[in-house]
Amino acid sequence: MSAPLLAVHDVRQGFGHGTGRFTALDGVGLEVARGETLGLVGESGCGKSTLARAIMLMQRPDGGRIEFDGRDVTNLRGPALRRHRRRVQMVFQDPNDSLDPRFAVGRSIAEPLRAQRVPGSEIRRRVAEVLVEVGLSADVAGRAPHEFSGGQRQRIAIARAMVVRPEFLVLDEPTSALDVSVQAQILNLLVRLQDEHRLSYLFVSHDLAVVHHLAHRISVMRAGRIVETGPAPQLVAEPRHEYTRTLLAAVPHLPV
Amino acid sequence: MNPAPDVLELRDLSIRYGATTAVDRVDVRVGRGEIVGVIGESGSGKSTIALAAQGLLPTAADVEASVLTVAGHDVLDFSERDWCAIRGKDTTMVFQEPMSALNPCQRIGRQIEEVLLLHGVSDRAGARTRALEVLRQVHMPDAERRLRYYPHQLSGGQRQRVVIAMALAARPSLIVADEPTTALDVTVQAQILQLLREARDATGAGVLFISHDLGVIGQVCDRVYVVYRGRVVESGPSHRVLTDPRHPYTTALLRSIPRPGVAPRTPLAVISPEDHLEDVAPVLEVAS
Repeated sequence: MSAPLLAVHDVRQGFGHGTGRFTALDGVGLEVARGETLGLVGESGCGKSTLARAIMLMQRPDGGRIEFDGRDVTNLRGPALRRHRRRVQMVFQDPNDSLDPRFAVGRSIAEPLRAQRVPGSEIRRRVAEVLVEVGLSADVAGRAPHEFSGGQRQRIAIARAMVVRPEFLVLDEPTSALDVSVQAQILNLLVRLQDEHRLSYLFVSHDLAVVHHLAHRISVMRAGRIVETGPAPQLVAEPRHEYTRTLLAAVPHLPV
Repeated sequence: MNPAPDVLELRDLSIRYGATTAVDRVDVRVGRGEIVGVIGESGSGKSTIALAAQGLLPTAADVEASVLTVAGHDVLDFSERDWCAIRGKDTTMVFQEPMSALNPCQRIGRQIEEVLLLHGVSDRAGARTRALEVLRQVHMPDAERRLRYYPHQLSGGQRQRVVIAMALAARPSLIVADEPTTALDVTVQAQILQLLREARDATGAGVLFISHDLGVIGQVCDRVYVVYRGRVVESGPSHRVLTDPRHPYTTALLRSIPRPGVAPRTPLAVISPEDHLEDVAPVLEVAS
């Protein structure tokens, strides 16, 4: 395998002080190659969202290193951080978190471009382009978020992440709030975007079936540590760690 | 021999809000000791059916039915006062979010006792004994001490156990569970589902189980009703419905879920409202 696009080394993160100190990330390491999806599964409180935030450089970790495209980005600031942010974007569980209810969706999608100081005429063209790319029509840019269904709003949130042409997307439970038939549409979209742009994904989810569908490899997280990482089919068929087996056994399976 | 009467029978039930039809001529029945699933996506009408079975519909709802029998009571013309006499006693409910069903300022033991005292099922001493008994029945660790806990001192799974204990306390004949495990982690969900099955086995209560999760329905339900846009499009034994779906909506729903046997990263089925699958003749298998 060529050098990974993202490499996380021994990342540590605690919250609180003294005896109340809680270790959210306890020496986490992972790698994601270009064009690859790494699925990250675990139950609530295991640290998966804290890890996602660390990778997004939204919260500087207490220890460890985050490398992107061969460079240490852990301590980036100022213009260098802004340039890095163009390459790594995030999609959240609740699309309403990334859409201002008072803004036309076109304006929300355009925001990252403004932050990147892209000229106005190009902004309009890029917004129209990305709306079509996520399966909406270019002329919806003037509408407010409340005029869209949950699934359409998640498409808009994905458009907002995609508009800066990132290389890496952190997807934090992007389909967990959606109905299964809508989830199917979003998963189909994510697969298509990845194949067309050779994107890398970190796909964070509590849903093993969904992760198994999308991910090339899966890491299982528990209590701030990654307990097992492996190719998706293998990890699901022959889990090695006891916790992975517990997790798999708990998933309600459809009768076959 | 007379078969045991159903604990829930809704026949020809329609529920409208103004010009909007939320539930359209639906038949649902739950027998004693049966766990019956209602599966559907948001807005399908599944929760409206659950609320109708508990007399909890908003006053704006326009309800029509030929038969509405809940826990042996003909509730067609029930007033709120009538409902209050059976709700929490003969028919009980478990909601998705345990915190919204519990009083944060009251010890859980008290809350379980309240159900019994309110309905005059037992006196204070009896209620205390029964509270401990049901808390043990739902496998609350260290039940005796936990009676004195407040909800915030419990984990999410434990809170849902308390809610189920409250639902069991007065020995109801019908329990309506509306997405009881949706807010829980999968390992906790597995325990709660096991608990519901045990409760059914131990008490013979019928359970109406509302869920959007086909896997959960498959695991816990004897029979299932598939609702789509206010209509029951398919019903039958859950194993049959999930392995051999006969209505195009059920088929599409199953194909929209990533599952073993579906090649990873291949397109999943998409259900378009323009297909109007709710208009395709329903496939209703008569319950045995």
